[in-house]
Amino acid sequence: MNELDHKIISPFNQDKDFAGCSIFGVMSLGGKRFNSEAPVKAISNMHDRSNGLGGGFAVYGIYPDFKDYYALHIMYLSKDAKEKTDRVLASCFNIIYDEEMQTKVANVVDPPLMWRYFVEPKKRRPKNLSEDEWVIQAVMRINTETGKAFVFSSGKDMGVFKGVGYPEDIAEYFCLEDYYGYLWSCHGRFPTNTPGWWGGAHPFNILDWTVVHNGELSSYGINRRYLEMYGYKCTLQTDTEVLAYAVDLLMRRQRLPIEVVSQILAASFWSEIDGFEPKRRDVLRALRQTYGSLLMNGPFSIIVAHHGEMIGLTDRIKLRPLIAATRGEMLYLSSEEAAIRLVSPKLDKLWAPRGGEPVIGRVGEKKLAEIAAKVEAP
Amino acid sequence: MLAELDSRLLSRLTLTDKVWRVNAEDLHYRELNSLLRTLDSYGAEKVELHGVYGQRYIGTNLKTNMSIDIYGTPGNDLAALMNGPHITVHGNAQDCIANTMNEGKIVVHGRAGDITGYGMRGGKVFIRDDIGARAGIHMKEYMDKKPYLVVGGTAMDFLGEYMAGGVLIVLGLTLKNGEQHKSRFVGTGMHAGVIYVRGNVTHLGKEVKITEVDKGDLLIIEGLVREFCSYFKADFDEVLSKNFMKIVPYSHRPYGRVYAY
Amino acid sequence: MKSYLPSEFIVERDEEKCIRCKVCVNQCTYETHSYDAQDDVIRSKDENCVNCQRCVTMCPTHALSIKKNPGPFRDNANWSSEIIKDIKKQAETGGVLLTGMGADKPHLTYWERLLLNASQVTNPSIDPLREPMELRTYLGAKADALEIEFEDGDIELKTKLAPQLTLETPIMFSAMSYGAISLNVHESLARAATRSGTYFNTGEGGLDSRLYKYGENAIVQVASGRFGVHSNYLNAGAAIEIKIGQGAKPGIGGHLPGEKVTEDIARTRMIPVGTDALSPAPQHDIYSIEDLRQLIYALKEATNYTKPVSVKIAAVHNVAAIASGIVRAGADIIALDGVRGSTGAAPKVIRDNVGIPIELAIASVDQRLRDEGIRNKASIVAAGGFRSSGDIVKAIALGADAVYIATAALIALGCTVCQRCYTGKCPWGIATSDPWISKRINPEIGAERLVNLLRGWSMEIKEIMGGMGINAIESLRGNRLHLRGVNMTDTELKILGVKMAGE
Repeated sequence: MNELDHKIISPFNQDKDFAGCSIFGVMSLGGKRFNSEAPVKAISNMHDRSNGLGGGFAVYGIYPDFKDYYALHIMYLSKDAKEKTDRVLASCFNIIYDEEMQTKVANVVDPPLMWRYFVEPKKRRPKNLSEDEWVIQAVMRINTETGKAFVFSSGKDMGVFKGVGYPEDIAEYFCLEDYYGYLWSCHGRFPTNTPGWWGGAHPFNILDWTVVHNGELSSYGINRRYLEMYGYKCTLQTDTEVLAYAVDLLMRRQRLPIEVVSQILAASFWSEIDGFEPKRRDVLRALRQTYGSLLMNGPFSIIVAHHGEMIGLTDRIKLRPLIAATRGEMLYLSSEEAAIRLVSPKLDKLWAPRGGEPVIGRVGEKKLAEIAAKVEAP
Repeated sequence: MLAELDSRLLSRLTLTDKVWRVNAEDLHYRELNSLLRTLDSYGAEKVELHGVYGQRYIGTNLKTNMSIDIYGTPGNDLAALMNGPHITVHGNAQDCIANTMNEGKIVVHGRAGDITGYGMRGGKVFIRDDIGARAGIHMKEYMDKKPYLVVGGTAMDFLGEYMAGGVLIVLGLTLKNGEQHKSRFVGTGMHAGVIYVRGNVTHLGKEVKITEVDKGDLLIIEGLVREFCSYFKADFDEVLSKNFMKIVPYSHRPYGRVYAY
Repeated sequence: MKSYLPSEFIVERDEEKCIRCKVCVNQCTYETHSYDAQDDVIRSKDENCVNCQRCVTMCPTHALSIKKNPGPFRDNANWSSEIIKDIKKQAETGGVLLTGMGADKPHLTYWERLLLNASQVTNPSIDPLREPMELRTYLGAKADALEIEFEDGDIELKTKLAPQLTLETPIMFSAMSYGAISLNVHESLARAATRSGTYFNTGEGGLDSRLYKYGENAIVQVASGRFGVHSNYLNAGAAIEIKIGQGAKPGIGGHLPGEKVTEDIARTRMIPVGTDALSPAPQHDIYSIEDLRQLIYALKEATNYTKPVSVKIAAVHNVAAIASGIVRAGADIIALDGVRGSTGAAPKVIRDNVGIPIELAIASVDQRLRDEGIRNKASIVAAGGFRSSGDIVKAIALGADAVYIATAALIALGCTVCQRCYTGKCPWGIATSDPWISKRINPEIGAERLVNLLRGWSMEIKEIMGGMGINAIESLRGNRLHLRGVNMTDTELKILGVKMAGE
């Protein structure tokens, strides 16, 4: 067996993996880039929430010199997977620059080959297909074609770095100390069913959307089947994958604002909806009727990020913790307060958002957007 | 006793005027708690922990009346199964504090997280600011052994869920003018014990009802509020100037009609 | 011709307990019991007994019991007693063997082979007694995407939604026609549906004018005989159902014998008293799929597009393709009726042999609609032998939005599934139009029993969902990961979209 062939795809044939974990997010609301010290320190403080079988980071603003190109991070679990994938890439994209991602020795398990490509979609493609859709199609194709190649990051001027190891070790492995970004989201994983595989770590990504997730989706079976109707293929055997595709579908394709999307993912109870004033009630009722299959049931706290925005959200009966805090221009989201205090002992504001109510940080909005999607009855 | 500890831990310890000062920065919780138990077994009376960032289980299973001052942010399960000591947190606490706590006292100069006092069986917990979800869940009492949880601010959903005893007070002192408590499903599943709320809650579980506070209740409330004010320098008269509502369960057997035999 | 058929049942009377009160004589509609005044004894004609348990239940001293006649024939796996008797009966009559209720053989059921999940450790289970558990279901066409205007805290829906039915629990009462069942039963169903926040289906016999007040909870059926169909009828209900087929007798029509067409029935169905009420096999204006589309829109026009239109089909071999066609023809709801569905009267050979189990039908229709990207356009309602809340949860996990129950509802009212509905002599007052026997069902008590059934089942569904860590039914719907199979072949597992237990 080739040294690059790995027993990564779970021998247990799991549809999805469970995760008990830690999440952390930090963002400069002024859009100023900073290095990895604070995020790595914070996520490693929550060491006991993970078990070393997964860690990862999403960083925004890291490729200023290539920011007009899609930066694809691809992991190869076998050599001929790279050959096949390179052919697919060449047929879909102009490859501006590609290289093996720089790594160094660290306490991580069995790393696959990690490659980075800066690409632009070929001009000759169907007129009604936007560049973004073209990239998504290519990503879904690569992820299903060989079974040994996975695109784990596909946005512009941002990147996901993840794998099997504690988050601090993953940071070490990928030399994250060399990167500068204005938004970092981090994850430490505690998978219970499989030995952990590199594709199953968080963050999950499509285009520039990333999701880190603490919890388990008991609604995964139907979330996934609903998304499959819209062309998303779930290949990474982790329930979090549907969250990334759901935000892409709802926020990018259907252009729904986060305040509405959080009402889809963590909907209000019917008993509350029935009591709202008619306009609001009709919208919320229609949202549940139409998007009921995207209701995320089960405990979750998530950090969703894309360029310019970081969003924290918990499930509607708040079964997982999430703390939000600000200090000057910096917004912090964390599973535990101690991690925030470690990197920023003094804070301007600290609060725990209610179940189902998003915390939203937007670049440019110096005043923090902490928006409750539910209006109080007068 | 000091001979038992290895030099690494020794270097973190200083003793001044009978107060043991511990530098807990970067110290793993197992070692920190082991250190506390060693100090406990030798009758240390006052301990200060500095540089605490998320270490868990502090105070767990300690049995004497040691007093511990924590500087920093203690991690989850603070004082779980604790049996006597008095802990003061100079800052915020996280989730699951006083988990199945049996005896002792916790005073938090800040807020606390979710699932505070799960299965608490005795002792007292005072939180100056707000508290998270599922506070006081399944608190229990027996005869004169009763737990008390006093919250200075407001609480999130499922307050007092499954309560089977004890006293839970929420004072709402952090609410701004005109703001109300937003807790939903208060007392759901409750079958014993009592919740006092200063101000109003409207969203109750179906097992509980609101009643008037009587003289006996007032005595209990005053005693606890007095103690609360002493810790947090709040104004006793100001606190008692607003009305309290009393929330109790309808019955000890709320689910009689559910099952067909 | 002398009959060679033995009695199916034997009536046993404990003479010491019998007090000659003659309740059994009065209650039995098959003239099994008769009182001999001279000997002061009640005699029973075994060959008339159908084992409906009416006399046994009503006897004040519990003096009666009905035993199965052990049968004179030798045990034979191929030529069972039942088969031997059926052949002899046909030899004596030269007719089609009729039966009532649903298929009674075990090999057609999959529910026992499907198992449910529960959450532990990695995901908490939820206690429905203390935390919210939502069963509310909306049936009707859903949009693919919504257009919403959001400005400074004010929020407005721009997309116009198709009309929906609102169910507080995912269980509805299935179609049972007035004529097949009595008016009092219809009224019990109507009252119970109204009180439980769900719907009952009028069946193909129309809706008696006295029940129009329950119209908001009625699904009015338009079947091939078009009985009782007129504009007021259509507008009185909350939804309209086009009946193409029925699980118990796919492909054939219905026949209500003239004896059962009383004055009231005649008025409601708009046919002369005493004539046979024949429902033709196909709807004669639907010979191809585009005709169905035409009828669907005719009904929508007649009700000004304010009511969802449902199409009910029997589950047969290519049910997935048919369902896809029906959705594209404009139906808002598809009702699938499986092989174990019940009937008032059907040829026994068709009831037992034609159609496929509802489990497989739900799974393949749901998957097919998703494969074609049109699952949003219609809700799926499943029918055909739901016996417990466990069956219902499994059906929803396979992909149904809601279920129809009929047999279970009648059992709640008193039915003992003796399978003699076609005689019109149901002594429980259920499957009869005889005004005197019909009085044995009191609509108020009937409604109470039905409301109890729905309540008990709804609470059980909530408990099961809570155990799975789900607190809203939309997270269970179509979520096959919460099911596992046992005793099934790989193909069966594949069609159901379910893994083997242990995987």
